[in-house]
Amino acid sequence: MNKSLPKWVDLGLIPFFTLLLAFAVSGLVVMSIGQNPIEVVKVMLQGAFNPFGIGHTLYFTTNFIFTGLAVAVAFHARLFNIGGEGQAGVAGVGVAVVMLAFDWPHWTIALLAGTLAAMAFGAAWAAIPAYLQAKRGSHIVITTIMFNLIATALIGYLLVGPMQAEGSLPESPSFPPGAALPSMYEILGWFGIPFDKFAPANISFFMALIAAVFVWVLIWKSRLGYEMRAFGHSERAAVYAGISPLKITMVAMLLSGALSGMMAINTVQGEAERLVLGAVEGAGFIGIAVALMGRSHPVGVVLAAFLFGILTQGGAELQFTLGIPAQMITVIQALIIMFTGSLENMVRIPLEKLFLNTGKRGAAS
Amino acid sequence: MMDFLSNDLLQLMDSGVRFATPLLLACLAGLYSERAGIFDIGLEGKMLVAAFAAGAFSAFAGMSVADGGWNMGGAAVWVGLGAAIVASTIMAMIHAFASITLRGNQLISGVAINFFAAGITVLIGQYWFKMGGQTPQLREGQRFDPITLPFAKSVQDVPVIGPIYHDLISGHNIIVYLGFVIVALTWLVLYRTRFGLRMRAVGENPGAVDTAGISVVKLRYSALIVTGILCGLAGAYLSLGTAAAGFGKDMTAGRGFIALAALIFAKWKPIPAMWATLLFGLLEAVGNKYQKVDLGFMVLPGQFMQALPYILTVVILAGFVGKAIPPKAGGEPYVKER
Repeated sequence: MNKSLPKWVDLGLIPFFTLLLAFAVSGLVVMSIGQNPIEVVKVMLQGAFNPFGIGHTLYFTTNFIFTGLAVAVAFHARLFNIGGEGQAGVAGVGVAVVMLAFDWPHWTIALLAGTLAAMAFGAAWAAIPAYLQAKRGSHIVITTIMFNLIATALIGYLLVGPMQAEGSLPESPSFPPGAALPSMYEILGWFGIPFDKFAPANISFFMALIAAVFVWVLIWKSRLGYEMRAFGHSERAAVYAGISPLKITMVAMLLSGALSGMMAINTVQGEAERLVLGAVEGAGFIGIAVALMGRSHPVGVVLAAFLFGILTQGGAELQFTLGIPAQMITVIQALIIMFTGSLENMVRIPLEKLFLNTGKRGAAS
Repeated sequence: MMDFLSNDLLQLMDSGVRFATPLLLACLAGLYSERAGIFDIGLEGKMLVAAFAAGAFSAFAGMSVADGGWNMGGAAVWVGLGAAIVASTIMAMIHAFASITLRGNQLISGVAINFFAAGITVLIGQYWFKMGGQTPQLREGQRFDPITLPFAKSVQDVPVIGPIYHDLISGHNIIVYLGFVIVALTWLVLYRTRFGLRMRAVGENPGAVDTAGISVVKLRYSALIVTGILCGLAGAYLSLGTAAAGFGKDMTAGRGFIALAALIFAKWKPIPAMWATLLFGLLEAVGNKYQKVDLGFMVLPGQFMQALPYILTVVILAGFVGKAIPPKAGGEPYVKER
């Protein structure tokens, strides 16, 4: 009974069918609001890949790689971190505090400082839920949800209080010019590749790819990653093997928080160059869908993040061209989470019957 | 003193009750689900879908035939309520199918339902009404109006009791009173009926319930139907029973999560759930009325009041003040032994 599915079925066929179902139902939703699914897909792809759109697509992709990796790392230790939204938000505060503190002489130093600040603040916001889970058994899902909501209140307070710039808008002062990061236009310009000058995509995209490689090495090539996976597989066996639940829970959640936090270098330092209200824009939650779809593997996460980048930018185009609310993307996101997450057994059970012969015939013999 | 009682405090408590009602209903909804062993972080989504269905269907039912409505007059509000219950129960059944039948991850299912609700309500709302996701403003007959309880006017001038009866207890709409009735009913069901006993058992030790020859699947589905109905009431209250008088985008605004917090605060028990939601409702009323709260030695910003329910919940969860222990089998799909 403990036979497992062939790898290509587990990593290829199941995600394929679950995604197919998610998109099929999305198509039905599109039709139910009186639109043509084929037309919708065409508009979205055009919107996401035209010279203007691609700069936005990559910008969103960057966010989702960070938050997707964050959820994935926690998943490996069987921890469900729904707190990415709050962690990224608080990391934005950290980035803003550090960037506003000095006149940065060069962007490399500013990037390093911004990254460290983002990671530290993101990790700190994950630390209390992690500690309470490990030490007091408080369910991490509930505590991270609570910390998201507390973060919203905290940032709301800071941006109309201590951190507010002059004027009535809820935002911080603009960062000094030295804090600005090279945009994708500048970076590609060094190599003579043309790119949209005003696109928000910036050097953080490459930071996200580096983070993905780092996560791969950590999870599959390091002792710590092995311990995390062992812990996620069976806590009892892991404890028996001398792995400390406190250590693994803390490390996995701090890393997860730090990764979520890193999206702030993309949005706060790279794009807005000041802290604004609602800077995270649900990217923390999209990370859940990205990690589920990418099967918690960095390669899968990067691909899924790119898909969600396309969906997000394409969704903006849908609103612009066809007048379909941007919430279309929220629905697709929900359906992907549903079918690749909670309803996965709908596809898995029939495939297991097919490939492992655990159906009636097997049981009878 | 009397002035203070009749003006500020009573008014505050009165609006506290109004804010508490949707929290109370959603909290009790969560109670049924979680006592039966199914985690439900999708209360927010179910409420939102219900609020939309209530707003939309009440609007249609009350509109004249010429405008494409059904011209049902005073029955419109009940059509809205019915639609809310149906919509929310459908969502609850999707959650049930994923968590009970397919033994999927209950938390992920809850997350998905919340997003689905946030998206679909605006999509359909825009398609039907073209008002940016809002539903039309509801008129009389399309919403629940305040009920003046008997003798409220005549006892108004009796000291202490009069104002309390007139200002605080009287003058709410039917869903508010229903909420408190459901608290009593839930207590009865949970502790004085066979279904309640079995439901509590299935949340602690489904194996034992199964051994006794009772269907775990059936029990859990029944509990989630109740969850769906109660979330339906909670959502309907938001669009049919408040000053909003209609549905607005994301109008639940985190109330499903506050209800979840209240449920933990109340340690999954109905009477404490009432006190917890009344407390959180009062906090919301205070935060709504005062931008800042001056305690004399320090000034609390309004955002602090907004965050207080969540902070209190974390403190309770941490077990520093009376540990909250959830139903033992919560979140674990039940696999029948063979």
